[in-house]
Amino acid sequence: MSTTDKHIMLPEGSIEKETTTINLGPTHPATHGVFQNILELDGERIVSAEQTIGYVHRAIEKIAERRPLYQITPLTDRLNYCSSPINNMGWHTTCEKLLGIQTPKRVDYLRVIIMELARIADHLICNSIVGVDAGAYTGFLYLMQYRELIYEIWEQVCGARLTTNIGRIGGFETNFNSIAWEKLEKFLDEYPKALKEFEGLFQRNRIFMERTIGAGPISAERALNYGFTGPNLRAAGVDYDVRVHTPYCSYQDFEFNIPTGTTGDCYDRFLVREQEMWESLSIIRQAYQKVQEFKGAEADVFHADVPEYYLPEKKDVYTKMEALIYHFKIIMGEVDMPPGEVYHSVEGANGELGFYLISDGGRSPYRLHLRRPCFIYYQAYEELIKGSMLSDAIIVMSSLNLIAGEMDG
Amino acid sequence: MALSNDLIKQRLVDQFGDAVSAFEEPYGMLTFEVKPELNMDLLQFLYHDEQLSFKFLTDLTAVHYPAFKDKEIAVVYHLHNLVENFRIRFKLFVPIAKPDVTSATKLFEAANWLEREAYDFYGVNFVGHPNLKRIQNVDEMDYFPLRKEYPLEDQTRLDKDDEMFGRGGSFGFGNERTPSHFHTIPEAAKGREEELFGGQKAE
Repeated sequence: MSTTDKHIMLPEGSIEKETTTINLGPTHPATHGVFQNILELDGERIVSAEQTIGYVHRAIEKIAERRPLYQITPLTDRLNYCSSPINNMGWHTTCEKLLGIQTPKRVDYLRVIIMELARIADHLICNSIVGVDAGAYTGFLYLMQYRELIYEIWEQVCGARLTTNIGRIGGFETNFNSIAWEKLEKFLDEYPKALKEFEGLFQRNRIFMERTIGAGPISAERALNYGFTGPNLRAAGVDYDVRVHTPYCSYQDFEFNIPTGTTGDCYDRFLVREQEMWESLSIIRQAYQKVQEFKGAEADVFHADVPEYYLPEKKDVYTKMEALIYHFKIIMGEVDMPPGEVYHSVEGANGELGFYLISDGGRSPYRLHLRRPCFIYYQAYEELIKGSMLSDAIIVMSSLNLIAGEMDG
Repeated sequence: MALSNDLIKQRLVDQFGDAVSAFEEPYGMLTFEVKPELNMDLLQFLYHDEQLSFKFLTDLTAVHYPAFKDKEIAVVYHLHNLVENFRIRFKLFVPIAKPDVTSATKLFEAANWLEREAYDFYGVNFVGHPNLKRIQNVDEMDYFPLRKEYPLEDQTRLDKDDEMFGRGGSFGFGNERTPSHFHTIPEAAKGREEELFGGQKAE
């Protein structure tokens, strides 16, 4: 007897459907964010999926048209909130490109440290959530304490943890204090061991492999056509990384590999992220080494000398005329920017995070468009899950690392 | 031969003649304009030409320039040749009264949502798009919110008691709402110029 004999067949002309339509989201624990999927199921197989997004749309691009440059940084926090510092730095470097600011090497290296910590924080969450969706909660709870440690480092640098608003145009708000360096050393010392254990828990785990291998694969051609970037594109076998192709913040000074996969399925995405965490750790070590090599006055440099855009120290504001003038001008938003248009991108945790900024010479952007990697590659979701099981749809979703904040902008 | 801005410009001028114009290189990226009806020809040429092969659509968005008469809406494409690691940008301008642009979805799947977003915020009508409906905003919305005729709340508004909202004063940041910023007075503001713009009349 063939398996289809047992299927319920509807009589001719019935108004009912043989398929079931279900809502996955907008507020479903498995979506890890506010977005909806209308799935049409035949038994447990997915026939079609329709995505609805925009539940946390805040019109960041519109708001940015009324704000001076430095007030836009907190808006970028709200894109991919798992790795806000990368968004912040992306915005600062965009502004610096427009304004023609050259940052000192030490600033670049400090930025690299912060950005790579953010990448680790993001990949760590993504990978452990894939574990959670495959039924293993332990890894998530175990690695979470190291994200906490990363947040503590950021807290020492900028005072905030999640929506960091870290750094300024031209550099950082303060130099790193000794507690930040201590915590960084602790992190560099302890995290590799934890990550090793995490890998031991998942990488060759039979259940995990069965769940992820072959789930939601995509070919390199399709991934490129869909505009994939970041770990998801690299898992499909394309070694495109903005840090290497268009270096910013002196990434060309560092030695690191671009890990790639072959099939672009969930397992490959997991492995690529895993490997990227090791590469990030190595980059942080190199950057820390380079920062320590600065001696004398150079060791205290934490911002470029751009008084028109970088707020002066508060004690100078009270005692020096120039500092007071610049302080007033910046706070009042009275500094015009040069007219022009600039596209600048950074390697966000999800892929190429681009800023397309048009300035008409005013004090706020004429137009700011954010290329949000998540938004672009989520279109492929239907193609990734069509024909697979409902439980695969969940795991594909988490391994794509979809962040509602970034998607909706 | 490695790509360069001059080479690409030469190839495009040879192929399209005066349909491509206004070549610029802001911050090193080759930028040019193309006639709106030729956008797909240009994309196809850039995609399939062996030497150019711009096969990655980085970004697609729209911009509103109320001051440009009969070409108020600009659609901006960013393309990337990943092999040579070369980026270019091109624009096309369409009138706001009839913002028809051929959809790039046949060539790039990535264009699908990007075009829906451009439609959602600027009302660009992408002809040939398989599913051109709003993406971020609600379907019932009947205006295009990122157009310049919808300025954000004016921080110099006088009809609100700012002290109730923790804001004592207000500063314009150079975006003061005056009629000269607009090509036309928006429909909703007709007859309220006195209240909204402090008595100034449109040009």
